Order: sequence, then structure tokens, then C-alpha cells
Amino acid sequence: MSSATTAGLSGSDLTRARVARILREPLLGPLAALIVAIIVFSVVSQTFLNPYNLSLILQQSVVVGILAIGQTLIILTSGIDLSIGSVAVLGTIVMAQQAGAGGPILALGATFIVCVVLGAVNGGLVTVLRLPPFIVTLGTFTAIQAATRLLAGSQTYQVPDGVLTLLGTSFRIGGFATTFGVVAMLLVYLFVWYALSQTAWGKHVYAVGGNITASKLSGIKSNRTLFSVYVVTGVIAAIAAWAALGRIPNADPNAYQTANLDTITAVVIGGTSLFGGRGSVIGTLIGTLIVGVLRNGLTQAGVDSLYQNIATGILVIVAVAVDQFARRRSA
Amino acid sequence: MTTTTETSVLQARNLVKKYGNVTAINGADFDLRAGEVLAVVGDNGAGKSSLIKALAGALVPDAGEISMNGEKVNFRNTRDARAAGIETVYQDLAVIPALDIATNVFLGREVRRRGIMGTVFRRLDMPRMRAEASGHLADLKIGIKSVNQAVETLSGGQRQGVAVVRAAAFGRGVIIMDEPTAALGVKESGQVIDLIRSIRDRGIPVVLISHDMPHVFEVADRIHVHRLGKRAGVVNPRERTMSEVVALMTGAEQPSEAERAGGV
Ligand SMILES: Nc1ncnc2c1ncn2[C@@H]1O[C@H](COP(=O)(O)OP(=O)(O)O)[C@@H](O)[C@H]1O
Ligand SMILES: [Mg+2]
Repeated sequence: MSSATTAGLSGSDLTRARVARILREPLLGPLAALIVAIIVFSVVSQTFLNPYNLSLILQQSVVVGILAIGQTLIILTSGIDLSIGSVAVLGTIVMAQQAGAGGPILALGATFIVCVVLGAVNGGLVTVLRLPPFIVTLGTFTAIQAATRLLAGSQTYQVPDGVLTLLGTSFRIGGFATTFGVVAMLLVYLFVWYALSQTAWGKHVYAVGGNITASKLSGIKSNRTLFSVYVVTGVIAAIAAWAALGRIPNADPNAYQTANLDTITAVVIGGTSLFGGRGSVIGTLIGTLIVGVLRNGLTQAGVDSLYQNIATGILVIVAVAVDQFARRRSA
Repeated sequence: MTTTTETSVLQARNLVKKYGNVTAINGADFDLRAGEVLAVVGDNGAGKSSLIKALAGALVPDAGEISMNGEKVNFRNTRDARAAGIETVYQDLAVIPALDIATNVFLGREVRRRGIMGTVFRRLDMPRMRAEASGHLADLKIGIKSVNQAVETLSGGQRQGVAVVRAAAFGRGVIIMDEPTAALGVKESGQVIDLIRSIRDRGIPVVLISHDMPHVFEVADRIHVHRLGKRAGVVNPRERTMSEVVALMTGAEQPSEAERAGGV
């Protein structure tokens, strides 16, 4: 195939075409940014590159990394989710409280139900009432955050070791220690990558985000696709809640305040367009690692976490600017 | 008019569609006969696109009846119309720019792999969809290097080609094309006209909306003239000249009694 179409091109043309194709690869920018960040921090801090710290970065990235998968799905449909972090935090409180009342399996079940129902509420408001996702999730974010504090009564809840802290269990591969939480995160990435790239559902997610009118005319059940994305995001929030308790076995209504911004940052610097219809979860994984490296590296360099938030905020704006610029150029 | 009714593959009576205070379809009739190419002509804003959207399930009329082969149908969406065998090339193409050509051609009716990979793991059969999409494009002689290309990398004419190929590949009952040559050069337009003929030769009737009178007269068996939201009449291209049809479109000339009744 390719030999037929490129026949008659000289060797240097071929190389140039190949280089051009690689330069158009959307994951190239994020990957380069990750490498640059790693190089910079390994120069700034002696301890940055040691295996213990690299393992820590992965573990620190688990909760945001899992939530960012849900955020990717929603941004691909040209939506945005401002509530996903608060859904996960509510999930941790429900899980910890139910663990005391009914045991770990019931606690897990209750958490999944609560998170899925909240995802369905967002999805229902977006599809049935046709409200903008930004407003819907800003509303549910505010309500969920307040409800979480009411439920928790400004207390934190310890969870017993066992099923609920399973994702915090560490094991070694060679000299490198990691946790089941990291494995769970990678499995969710693999699963959603497969669903997006290998199934009709995935194509429909891209189509609905790219052009909803054309999707409808092409016979796609656009509302059903949109709704399913919000429900899947609820499931993902529940998994993130489980992973959060694995990492710190203490449910705190005030934890993960910056998780939501971090998921959006990870998605956008991972090359997924805020305008919808283009991007990938592989980009988001790289984006998550960039955020993780940045936060860890700045901590190592002794930078206050408030300055880290400023850095993340600037990063997301720069990433959106690049996205907009790229879109304008391709249009 | 009973003879018209009996032979109509697709028929509409007294369709009405209002957008706020704009009446896009104002009591329109429509008749498509078996095996014919029916051109639909009319001024911009006459309501041609709205009419064919009602026939394609893309809009639900406020009033009126649509029937296929004599049986009343109620299309709630384009899926219903597609299931009845009606395929449409929309004026704004309805393709997804960021997705590749093969995915666009099969959008909404993807083919899964055989066996457990398809039934349980829902895996798409991309190789097969790519091969079939390539074949269809080659049939239309659309010069596209690879069906893995995103549609946004194509020229306007090539995009139109993809939309036309998609309709032609799946159309069983009726194929409707809303200004399919509007963005095309002379050579590509000619290919679309050839394609329309070959579709008719397969026995599938085609509805062609076009502004291009020479093309209309070249390929159409009958011409439906649309004016002010309704059918002004149906004329025979062998009985009327191009300038007469233009005069009918603008209202400068009135159709004959028989033409107004829709039966020529
Ligand atoms: N979605 C819509 N909303 C409001 N008005 C519309 C819509 N679609 C079409 N119209 C109006 O209906 C009339 C007929 O449009 P259309 O069917 O596109 O005509 P044509 O295809 O013959 O140019 C025009 O006045 C147009 O502005
Ligand atoms: Mg039109």
C-alpha cells in the first residue's frame, strides 16, 4: 500500500515525509514536556531520580491519574467535569462510614452506587435538560462538597486495613516498589484506551464530541452515548475513592481540594482538546505524570504547595492556549 | 392521481414544518417513482433541504404524511429512515472531521470482528471496514491515498466524495443527495453524476437536489420544482427547457395543470 503511494519519491523525500508524520504525532509535545521536566528536576534535586522517589511520584499520581481518565472521556464529548474530585471525596467518606456500619464489601458497594448515581445526575442534566456541562458540574460540585461536609460532620474517618486499603498494598518488581493502586490505575487506562480506540462506543464518543449534529444524522444515539460517558465517569470516581483510601487510610472531607484542577491540567497538557472530539487517554497518562513530576519536583525543591498551585494553574492556561493555537492553524 | 400513488416509492402529502415564525415547509407534496432520478430544484431558502430532511428522518414534520411503497411511515430519527433503506447525503455533509475516512463511512453501523472478540469484547473489524471503504472510494474514482486519513485532511471535494460513498454503499431503497456537487470541480462533479446513473442502473431511485441545470437535465428523469415551501409542479426535462425551469423556480412562469398536479 504505502510503497505504491510513495513510489517515485526519492529517499530524502521519504525521510522528510516520515519526519513530518512523526512531528504531527499529538503525543510528541506532552512526551517532550515530561522528559524536559524530569531532566530539569533531576538537575535541581539530587534525590529526584532515585527509585524510591520515582515510585513515590507514581503512587502520588494514582488518584488524579484515575480521575483524569473520567475527565478525558467528558472533555472528549466537549464537556468538562468540575465535580469529579468532589464525587470521589464523597465516595471516600461513604466508604469509611459504611465500613464501620456494614463491613468492607457493603462499603465498596455503597460507594460505587453513590458515585454512579451522581454521574448519572450530571449526565441526565446534560442530556435530558440540555444544560451546559460546565454549569451542571459547577452546581453539583458545590452541592456535593457541602453534602460531604454535612455527612462527615467535619470529622475524618479511619478505615480498617483489609479490602478497603487493598490498593495501597505495595509489592516489588525487581528493586522497584509499587502498589496495587498503581496497577489498578494502569488497568483502568488500558481498559478505557481499548474502549475508545477499538469499539464502536469509543468512535461514537469522539463523534459526539466532534460534531453532535453530524453524529445524530449518522444515526448515533448521541444522548445515550453522552449519558454513558457520565455514568462511566461515576464508576471511575468510585475506583479513585478506593485508591485514595489505599494511599491514605483516612477519609477526610477536606482532602483532594486540587484534584479537579489537576485532572483538567493532566487532560489538556496530554493533548486532548477542550473543544472535544480529539485526544487520547495515553496523552492523559503522560499529562498525569507531568503534573505528578511537577508537584513532586517542586516539593523536593522546597517550593510551597500554594506556589505549586500557581504553577499548575499557569500550566493549564498555557496548554489551552497551545490547543487553541493549533486548532486555529489547522482550521 | 391514483396511478402516481401506486407507483410511488416514497411519497409525501401536505408536509408542514415551522421554525418559530419561519415556515420552511408549507404544505409540500412529493413523489418519487421506482427506478427514477428525480431532481429537486428551487431558489435558495425555498425549503428543499427541509423537505428532504423530513423524508430522511432528520426532522419530524409538524403535519402531513409520508409513505413508502404505499405504507405510511413515521420516521422519528435518521436511524428509522436508514432502517427503511433511505440514505442521505446532507448539504453540510454530516461527516466528523477529526475521525478517519473508514470510521466516517461506517459511522453508526460499525462492523465488529467475528467470534468472541466481536461478541464479548466488542472489538471493531477495522481492517474489513478499511478495505470496504477503500473499495467504495475506488469505485467512485475518488483519489484518496489512505482511508486512515482524517477527513479534515481532505479537500472539500474529497469530503463530499466520502459522504456520497457512504450513502451509495448502504442505500437499498432510496438515495437522497442534497447539492452533492456544490463543492466539486468539473471532473469530480462528473464522477458524481456518473455515480448517480450507476445507482439508478442498480434499480435504486435517486433524489438529487441541485442548482446545476446542465447536470439536472443530463441525469434527471423528472424535475420537481420547489417554490415558497411547497411543490410548484413536476416537469419533464424533455418537454421543458432550462430557462423555462428557471422561470418556474422564480415564479416568472406558471406550471401547466398537469405539472401542478405532479403527474407527467
Ligand atoms: N434549523 C432551522 N432553524 C430555523 N430556520 C431554518 C432552519 N432550517 C431552515 N430554516 C429556514 O427555512 C427556510 C428553508 O430552508 P432550506 O430548507 O434550507 O431551503 P433550501 O435548501 O431550499 O435552500 C429558510 O428560510 C431557512 O432559513
Ligand atoms: Mg439547501
